Amino acid sequence: MLLVELEPAIDPVINERAILLGSRIRARQPRGVRDVAPGYSTLGVHFDPLHTDLAALEQIIESEFAALSSLESIADRTPIEIPVSYGGPDLDAVAAHAGCSTADVIKRHSERTYRVYMLGFVAGFAYMGRVDPSIAMPRHRVPRERVPAGSVGIAGLQTGVYPVDSPGGWQLIGHTPAVMFDANRDRPSLLAAGDLVRFVPAGKS
Amino acid sequence: MSAGALHIVKPGLLTTVQDLGRYGHQASGVPVAGPMDTFSHRLANQLAGNAIDAATLEITLIGPELIVEADTTMAIAGGQFEATCDDRPLPLGASFTVTRGQRIKFGRVLQGARAYLAIAGGVQIPPVLGSRATHLVSRMGGFNGRALIAGDRIPIASDSRPRQPRKSVGLMLPTKGRALLRVIPGPQADWFQADSLRALASVSFRISPQSNRMGYRLQGPPLVRAREDELISEPLGIGAIQVPAAGEPILLMADRQTAGGYPKIGYVISADLPVAGQLAPGDFIEFHVCTHQEAVAALISRERQLLRCADLLAPSAVEGKDVS
Repeated sequence: MLLVELEPAIDPVINERAILLGSRIRARQPRGVRDVAPGYSTLGVHFDPLHTDLAALEQIIESEFAALSSLESIADRTPIEIPVSYGGPDLDAVAAHAGCSTADVIKRHSERTYRVYMLGFVAGFAYMGRVDPSIAMPRHRVPRERVPAGSVGIAGLQTGVYPVDSPGGWQLIGHTPAVMFDANRDRPSLLAAGDLVRFVPAGKS
Repeated sequence: MSAGALHIVKPGLLTTVQDLGRYGHQASGVPVAGPMDTFSHRLANQLAGNAIDAATLEITLIGPELIVEADTTMAIAGGQFEATCDDRPLPLGASFTVTRGQRIKFGRVLQGARAYLAIAGGVQIPPVLGSRATHLVSRMGGFNGRALIAGDRIPIASDSRPRQPRKSVGLMLPTKGRALLRVIPGPQADWFQADSLRALASVSFRISPQSNRMGYRLQGPPLVRAREDELISEPLGIGAIQVPAAGEPILLMADRQTAGGYPKIGYVISADLPVAGQLAPGDFIEFHVCTHQEAVAALISRERQLLRCADLLAPSAVEGKDVS
């Protein structure tokens, strides 16, 4: 795997460049490249070393990146709405951490629009940010052995939804019926890097 | 061709359906999976007359017992398992024909850790996102997303057309319980104290019992970090040697996650990954640092070896040669 490193920061514009670089490289279909996956500020280019001209691939990456360096802002896009029943097992703890009521936690979590920076951990798990710093409680020191699918959690400035039952250490504050990943759908993952997301408290529209 | 099945009588320790892996969806966090020893998987397929990406059964340490409900051609490649068909020893690294109702039994493994059973036409299960590979943690692909259990009937093609018998001329396995793996420096090699890469290459690491298809936890002297800041999660690939805060490295294998936030001191080179795939808990690893150019040369020479192995020699051409 070839790792393209942009400036190491959690920043929407840097992340947007990494994502666009990925789609541009994918569109060029360089010989030997099997997969392209963006991180927060990086891009993983997975290639078959036997069928890849590495110098040519590096040249493609450099020329595509040069074309993106002038990108300073991100085009508007419509947020994807995810319905949430707030009230997970850690909602009270997050409220105590923030020194506010649970209603305030819900308000602060649901009034922001989040950016999906990357997906990882398991299929369809989107790392989203940034959470209101007042409710940015760190993850559990000892992860739970089983977090149910659909759980909405906070880990520091990040928020996310568990797509399947899995171990996990995030602070759980709600649950969504949204199916985050389904291999049989046309678009298996509900979210892609670069998407915007809003959490809508159940009962509101 | 008509339908047949492998009827699993005993599943063995961990038997899964694998093909070359689920590429193209890592941006959605979909892990690649695939064989731990890609070379032996490919060799088994070539011996059985298949395309190299046909789905095989990956067998781990203690092999399964199964009844073949079809007339077909098969081949076993990889770790040296005792294997019989109706109590007659089966050749390893060669194709053989099986008739409906015959019972294949795997015994102990004598060398290596994993073998691949290829069936003419491949395992006939529907692909998920373009691949039949089993990813155990996310229960994706393979046979119902899991390891095989007693009573399973794994669909295969029935193909009694005569195929040319094929033999390989030798297999690549680590010497007993110990392997030398070459590494190139990883993206965070400079996050460690200056001599850490040398330290990595100067001692033996033991594969801990808490190791699996996702990765091998390595026991040895801790690798000391020179900087303590958090790495922003980034994509990773097979062979990455990541180092959590406690300093004991983890070698990431077939079922690895697509991304992670631990610094990676190095990457095991592609040519040596199949060797790593033949290791088991309790085995020892020594690392040797090499350059990218050396890694490419090693891979080319490994591929030539595989071509020679699967030279698809007619039986007369291999007379007198060791075919196991």
